[in-house]
Order: sequence, then C-alpha cells, then structure tokens
Amino acid sequence: MTTKLFGTKVARVEDQRFLRGQGRYVDDLLTDDPRLLHSAVLRSPHAHARILDIDVSDVLDLEGVVAVWTWDDLTGPMAEPLPLLIPHPALTHGRTQYALARDEVNYVGEAIAFVVAVDRYVAEDAVSRIRVDYEYLEPVVGIPAARAAQRTVHDDVPDNVGARMTQENGDARAAIADAPHTITLELDIERSACTPMEGRGTVARWDPDTSRLTVWSSTQTSTGVRGCVAAKLGLDLAKVDVITPDVGGGFGVKINHPWPEELLVPLAAMTLGRPVKFTEDRREHFISSAHERAQQHHVEVGFDDDGRLLGLNVEFWHDHGAYTPYGLIVPIITSTQLLGPYKPLNYRVSFESLYTNTVIVTPYRGAGRPQGCFVMERTMDAIAAYLGKDRTEVRSTNFIQPDEFPYEHGLIFQDGRELTYDSGDYPASLAKLKELVGWDEFEDFRAEMASQGRRVGIGLACYVEGTGVGPYEGAHVHIETSGKVKVATGLTTQGQGHQTAFAQIVADTLGVRFENVEITTGDTRKMPYAVGTFASRAAVMSGSAIHLAALRAKEKALRIAAEALEAAEDDLEIKDGVVSVKGTDASIDLGTVAVLSNPLRYAFDEASKAATQFSVGDPGKPPVDEDDEPGLEGKDFYSPERSTFANGMHAVIVETDPDTAEITILKYAVVHDCGHLINPMIVEGQIHGGVAQGVGGALYERMAYDESGQLLNASFMDFLMPYVTEVPTTIDIDHLETPSPLNPLGIKGAGEAGVIPSAAVFAAAIEDAEGFPITAMPISPSELFDLRLAHAPEATPTAAAAPAPTGT
Amino acid sequence: MKPAPFAYLRPSTLDEALTALAGEQGAKVLAGGQSLVPLLSMRLAAPAMLIDINALPDLGSVQVDESGVRIGALARHAEVLASSEAAEVQPLLAMALSHVAHPTIRNRGTTVGSIVHADAAAEMPMVLRLLEGSVDVASVRGRRTIPAAELFAGPLESTLAHDELAVGAFFPALAAGAGVGFQEIARRHGDYALVGVAAHVQLDGDAVASARIGFVSVSDVPVVVDVTDAVQDTAGDPAAAALAELDPADDIHATAAYRAHLVKVLVPKVLAAATDHARERARQRMDS
Repeated sequence: MTTKLFGTKVARVEDQRFLRGQGRYVDDLLTDDPRLLHSAVLRSPHAHARILDIDVSDVLDLEGVVAVWTWDDLTGPMAEPLPLLIPHPALTHGRTQYALARDEVNYVGEAIAFVVAVDRYVAEDAVSRIRVDYEYLEPVVGIPAARAAQRTVHDDVPDNVGARMTQENGDARAAIADAPHTITLELDIERSACTPMEGRGTVARWDPDTSRLTVWSSTQTSTGVRGCVAAKLGLDLAKVDVITPDVGGGFGVKINHPWPEELLVPLAAMTLGRPVKFTEDRREHFISSAHERAQQHHVEVGFDDDGRLLGLNVEFWHDHGAYTPYGLIVPIITSTQLLGPYKPLNYRVSFESLYTNTVIVTPYRGAGRPQGCFVMERTMDAIAAYLGKDRTEVRSTNFIQPDEFPYEHGLIFQDGRELTYDSGDYPASLAKLKELVGWDEFEDFRAEMASQGRRVGIGLACYVEGTGVGPYEGAHVHIETSGKVKVATGLTTQGQGHQTAFAQIVADTLGVRFENVEITTGDTRKMPYAVGTFASRAAVMSGSAIHLAALRAKEKALRIAAEALEAAEDDLEIKDGVVSVKGTDASIDLGTVAVLSNPLRYAFDEASKAATQFSVGDPGKPPVDEDDEPGLEGKDFYSPERSTFANGMHAVIVETDPDTAEITILKYAVVHDCGHLINPMIVEGQIHGGVAQGVGGALYERMAYDESGQLLNASFMDFLMPYVTEVPTTIDIDHLETPSPLNPLGIKGAGEAGVIPSAAVFAAAIEDAEGFPITAMPISPSELFDLRLAHAPEATPTAAAAPAPTGT
Repeated sequence: MKPAPFAYLRPSTLDEALTALAGEQGAKVLAGGQSLVPLLSMRLAAPAMLIDINALPDLGSVQVDESGVRIGALARHAEVLASSEAAEVQPLLAMALSHVAHPTIRNRGTTVGSIVHADAAAEMPMVLRLLEGSVDVASVRGRRTIPAAELFAGPLESTLAHDELAVGAFFPALAAGAGVGFQEIARRHGDYALVGVAAHVQLDGDAVASARIGFVSVSDVPVVVDVTDAVQDTAGDPAAAALAELDPADDIHATAAYRAHLVKVLVPKVLAAATDHARERARQRMDS
C-alpha cells in the first residue's frame, strides 16, 4: 500500500487557488457572455404590511430594463408558496412565503418584485421606480411579543405558535419535586447569522437547442435546488442541471432552498432566452437570507448532594421568524442535543416555535446546539455554585461513562431516528482539557493577577454533536486509462477542503497517488443522487461513500489485473497506481488495467490499441461478461442507521477590565473528538474557524431589530463580525479519537464543532471573573457594565464569589 | 448596492475643479471615498455629479516645519501616519491616526477629507479642533482659511460653502512644555470609538497652565473642553467638568451611561498621559 495519507496533515490543495484569487464563484460565471442579464429584487421596507397595489409602469420605460415580475405574473407552481422542506407532525401551522409576495409582506426584506436588466445598476434604478401601496400592519418583533400574541404575524395563526413539541424520558417533573435540591434558571440567546463571505447567488442559462436548463447556484445542495427548479418550472428533472461552483462559505444559510431568486433566475432565463444572474449584496444578505439562534429558555432542575441530575425540565421558545421553510430542525436539535455528554435520570423538554415579523430562521453552524449547550452548561455551573463544588466535578458526576455506549437517551433526534450515542470517552476528554487549560492551577493565576489589580475568570463547556445525518450520500470512482482517478460525489463544497480530504481517502483505498485523484462535488450531471452539505456530514457521508466506491473499483482492478498477470488476486497489491504481484517484478499500471476493462472497436491512441477487439479477450466469450460492465469504475452509497455523535470540550480564560468592562481572551483550549481524523490540519482549521465564529456570537454579533422590525445593523460596520484582532492568536487543541462504529472509516463530523460551546464557555468565564450570574448572551462591555451596576449593591464582587442562582 | 446614476468629472487642474464645483449645485467631491462611496452604494446619497480630485496636482503632500504640519487634500491617512517628521513636530497626529480604521482604509482615506466630513465619531476632526488647527479652502471666489473652532456647523456638517474645496489642513506644532495623549475604546480594533479622548496639556514649569480635552463619539460635533480649572483645583474633577459639556447617546453598541462611564475612566488616564508627555518632553529639552 502507498504511504498512508489518512490521518496525516496533508496541505489543502485548494488553497493556492483560493488565496491567489483564482476561485470561480457564481458571480464570476458567464461574465464574458454579452447576452448575460442581471437582476435586482424589490424588497419590503416594512416588517408587516398588506400589499394593496404594485405599480411597475415606470420601470419598463427605463433604458436597459428587460423585464419585471410581480406575483401577478407568476403562473402554475411558481405562483404557489415555496416548499416546506421538512414537514413534521408537530409543525401544525407551517407557513412559507411566495417567490414574490402575494398580498402580504411579513419581514423587512421579503421579495416583492424581480427586475431583469442589462446590468445591476440599471436593475437597481428600476427597483427604485416601482411604487407599492401598503396598508401597514403592526409587527410582531421578538419572542416576548410573539408569546404575548396581542398581534399576530399570520391571520390564521392566532397565537403565533407554529409548533409545540414535547419529549420526555422518565418523569422529570416528579423527579424535580422529590429532589433534595432544585434550581430555576432563565436563559436567553439572541439572533445572529451565518454571514458567509459570499452571499447567495444564482446564474441560469436556457439552451433552446437542447431544451436544457443549466443553473449554477451558491448552494449547499445542488440536487435539492435541481428538484425544486424542475418542480416549480414544470420541467422534467432530466432537463435541469444544477452545478455548484466554488462557494465562499455557507455555514447553513445555503442549505435552505429554493430561495426566491433560485427560481426567479431560471424562470427569467427561460422566458427571456438569455442567461440571467442574481448576486446578492451584503445588505440583502442581512435582511433577506436566514438568521438563527434567538431562543429563551426556562430551566428547572432537581439534583442530589453530588450534583447528580435527578430531573431536568426545560421549556423554551424559539423565534423562527416570518416563515418555516426548514421546519423544526433547529429547536428539535436544541431539545435533544442540550443533553450533551450527560445522563439526567429524568428529562422533559418542550418548546414553542414562534412567528415574528423578522427574517426567517434556518440552521446556522451549530444549528440549535449552541443554545442547548448554553442551557445545559449554565445549569451545570449553577449546580456547582449551589453545592460549592468544582465545576468539573459536577460534570464528571453526570457523564455517560465509556462502557455505557451505545447510550440510548430515549428521545427522537432531528433525523427521526432514536437519539443513541455511538461512542465517546468524556472523562478522558475532560482530563485532557483540564491539563490543557491549566484548570487546577487557575486559582494561583487568579491570585497573581488580582495582585496586579487584574480580574480573570475561567470557564468550560462540554457538548455532544450528532453528525453525519442521513439519509445517504453516494460516490462514483472512475479510473481512467491515464491512471488518473476521477471521483464524483453529489454533496457540495463550501471551502471545507473536500478535494484534499476525499483524495486522501481515495489514495489510501485504491493505492494511487494523491495528485492523481480529482474530486468533483455538487454537480448533478456527475452525481444526480445526493442530499447536501450540512450537519457536519460531508466527511462521514461522502467520505464513507467514496471509500466504498473506491473499494469496488479496486476489486475490479484486481480481478482484471489478476487475469492479465496470471496471478491470484490475493497475491496482488496496488501501490502508486501500479498493480504488482507481491514479491515479484510482474506488474501492470492501473491505467493499463483500465484499458483492458473496456474492450474497444476503435483505437484512438496508443493505449487504446491494446484494448481493441483483436487484442483482448477470449474469442469464445462475450467481450463484456454478462454480470460485468465496461470501464474501471466503482459506485456505491453510504446510508447509516443513524447519526454518529462527536464531542468536545472547550475552556477559556478571560480578563474583564475592572474599569472599562472590556473582555479580553487570555487562553482558549479545545479538546475535540471526532473519531478518526482524516486530516488533522483540516479539522484544526475547522475548529479555528468555529471558535472565531463563536467568539463573534458570544461577544460581538447580534441582530439589532427595533420595535418596528427594522434591522438597524444590516452592514459589517454595525454587525460586529470579529476581525482577526478579536480572535485569540492561539487556540490550544488536543484530540481524542474514539472511532465511530457506524461507518467503515470510524469518522465523525467536525464542521460545526468549534462554534457550539462558545456562548456557554464565555458566559462561564465572565461569570467566574465577575461573581454574578451571566444568563443572556451575547454580552458586550456596555451590558457587562450594566450588570455590574445591577449587582453593585451586594458589596464589591470578589473574583471567587459563587454565582447566585435562584435556589430553593 | 449600486449607486444611482451620476455625472463623473476628473479634472486635472484646481481651477477646473473649482469651476465645476461652482457650476453644479448637486456636486460632491471624491477624494479617498471611504465615507462617500458606501453612502453612494447604499443610495443614501445620490449626488448629480462626482468631482474626483485625485488627478489634481500638488495636493498630496505632507509638509512639516517648525510651525507645524501642513497636509494636502490628497494625502492619505497612511502617509501622514508614516511621516516621522510629522510625528516629531505634532505627536498627537500619529497617536490618533493609528486609531483611524484599518490600514486598508487608511491607505485610501484622506485626512483632510475626514476632517471636512465633520463626523464627531471620527478622530481627526476632533484632533484638529483640540490642536486649534485650520483648513484651507479654495473656490472660484478665492481662498480662505477656516480655524477649526469655526469649522464644524453641526452633525456631519462643516462651514465650507458648497462651492468650496478643502485643499489642505494645518496642525500646529506642539509647543515647548506641552504634551498630548490619546486613548479610545472601540468594540473591535479599528471601529469607530465608543468613546475617544485626547488631551493637550501645557505646563508652566511643573505646573499645569492649561489642560484641554477633545472627545470622540460623545457629542454631535467635535467637542473640546477646557478643564484647566478642574485640573488646577486639587478637589476638581476634570471628567465631571467635561461631561457637563458632552451629550453621550445610546446606540446599538453602548448605552449613554456606559459612554459617560468611559469618559470618567479615560479622562484621568489621558490627562495623566499628556502631563507625563509634557514633562518627558521638557526633560528631553533640558538634556539636549
């Protein structure tokens, strides 16, 4: 076998291209085509209004405008609401928007009209000429207003509740009532968003000669977009190709589909017979793509003298915005994944998913887990404070133990399967984390800092993340006669390094050179069966499928080579693309095996001469056996029984300025367990990015809606994504590898991990520094200052003072 | 995020620029574009004409002599910041400029443009005001010099007439026996300050003869407060004296109370730094 690449820090082959500006994103496509048209969208300036009239009469007079659409111009399925992608029995009042608003708008940014023009400048000029008569309706903004239901978002949802759902294992309320100690907590998380560098974008071209539609979209699911486009435009699936070029980040927002523009652009391209492009700008991204995170939680917990969770009852309210295209995925994940690495004896969770007149909510990296982790870890810290115990001790008491896997929680996860953890070693992870961050030495450090007038705090947070959800992914591996290996898998790539990681798997499995492996992702022409890239699933799902497909290709290569070399298959090995008989000089290139696999009538080059009908095969048999196919290929699918559960633990040491209330990160430590690592450098890169995004979510970013539903900070000037200067310069990382038994490579997902514990870990550390409870995140220096004032009467906070939960 | 249509003129002489400016009421001057271009892109501004002054000769210089630093209308923040002579003659320039946004923005943005944009959340209008500098303006009607104290008319509003182009700014040298300090608190590095404070202290021997403080982001227009009395009075509270002249406001990043608190935190620190700076300079003069 070739030197094993699986598990080694292979440098990402993508980065040269990306860092040199040679990436090709949707907006880069068809730029040389003089027939290309551009589009712009009229978006609602009001959070809640009825549309009385839309007057587009001034628009077509404008030179350069080609067409304008409103809802009145849409027909057939295009005039119906957008699909509700993930229906759920609990989602009794699911609602989705129209591609263009029909008679009501429910958030600032909702699409009303679609203009196509010779360039984006003219398209925006045209948009500004459209006159809309609105009847203003009172907006519902924020969870308290939604719950109060004095006003409603949708007339036919009188209490603003889209869904109510409860799951229970045991009898949590009875257990709490009988518990020696109980605590109640109110915990809030605000809205944020994915904010990828590249916003949404779609280009479409209709080819009248072949009656074929090609759509390029910046999406996390090309097959999903393809299905929607075909259905909405009334096209046969076979007439639609969807290609995902380079994508400048997704982080979840691009898994929702179809966005209105993903349908309107193809519609316009077909109608006008010219290619059409939509490139979302930054302001549009803030007000018309998806947000996430806003939830309010009420926690009741009963525990014993050791801090053992006897009963945990969590009730929470999820703000899903104006519509529910992505169903209940986010609150279901919160409700199940807040359990983390712990095993409460009794657990009950219930939530209401609420309508508000704000941008829709769909999964954002972590997808409900950051909120769940915040709830559980704040609860653990509160118990530790109540009992006067070390925070790590209370966690250890509640850990699922290594010998308890597979561990069944008795709940149903987001994929409709039982919530059963496959593997992990939480005590070992915690031991590593304590060592890495210097947990046991922290009090000395605190004292040393205090002697300099400095205030520091330490926090930790643990999470478990269900990754690699189904239903399936597939892969096709083709060994060409040149010996090069072309691999296609259907899910998309948004910068994760799939070319590198997947090529490592193929190189190892097949025994070929890494450089000779080319991976294609997200192209429905190459692999029409696929789901998408979300839920930290690409490595697990496509990685496993690629491994299985490569095994099939290898099996065939060995069979053909064995015949050619007149040797037994078991005596063969493949190394650097050469099949040889072990211990002999007899060998054959994989490329030649590929030639032999495909009996030819015509010789088109030197290599193919060897494969023509007079050169190969037994004249007494068909050139291709009955149960065989020409070509050296392997195709397979991976469809796991259920998700695999990665886990990790973060710790942070922060300094809070006694004067200015500024919060500085002194040390950030991560212990991460995603099973076997394909490429530790890529995993660490994912962790770095996740931590950076988590720092943003915990200390900087929020969606500042005013009471009228206007988003006040819809730009990077006021939405404070952290700069490199705000992210810790070093992140200490240690890995644990408890392999998953659910897939052939023993891997688990790693994409979302870094962001999950951020709110929890920063709240814990700030609380530890300040000595009063932190119950709402994100937190700014101004808010920390307010909290100091609020807690000031109770004497000067001392650094080691325990938080004060409301206990009984 | 594409601007509405506008006429674009890139004159090659000052006269040409001034004539165009006088002839078009809806004209805006484009220098570094760091404030104007985003406003255009968001369609928050839609001027009929942009007069791009980047091709005008002789406006890009940073001239330093004993009297002070003279900065041309096309000198970028980065060029002013890079001038060790300028920092020598007026140290507050470099202290403040290092807080102006990020290197990429400083590479484009002009110091004079920032001053006449008259944003009370920006550092350089306040610095000009604190140092009692001035701006030279030109129009078809002639030239004049506007002292900083008369430059700021209101929020984002200068006293330049519509037909006037700012061609340069002058920052006086730091006098013997004087010292300056600067500190600001921003949410992220390079963001507009939540509060920024600069101080100018003039010593007479070892005693403070004058102490003045300039503020960023706690007023509608760049404000300078003379706190000499409060400094000279051992029971005085310069921060409280300053706050009486300020009008901190709530926004999505901070409450007014927090901003007022930061004023109280920063004023003594910056005053002390400026006083130390004055003493340090006095010592260096003695040594040399």
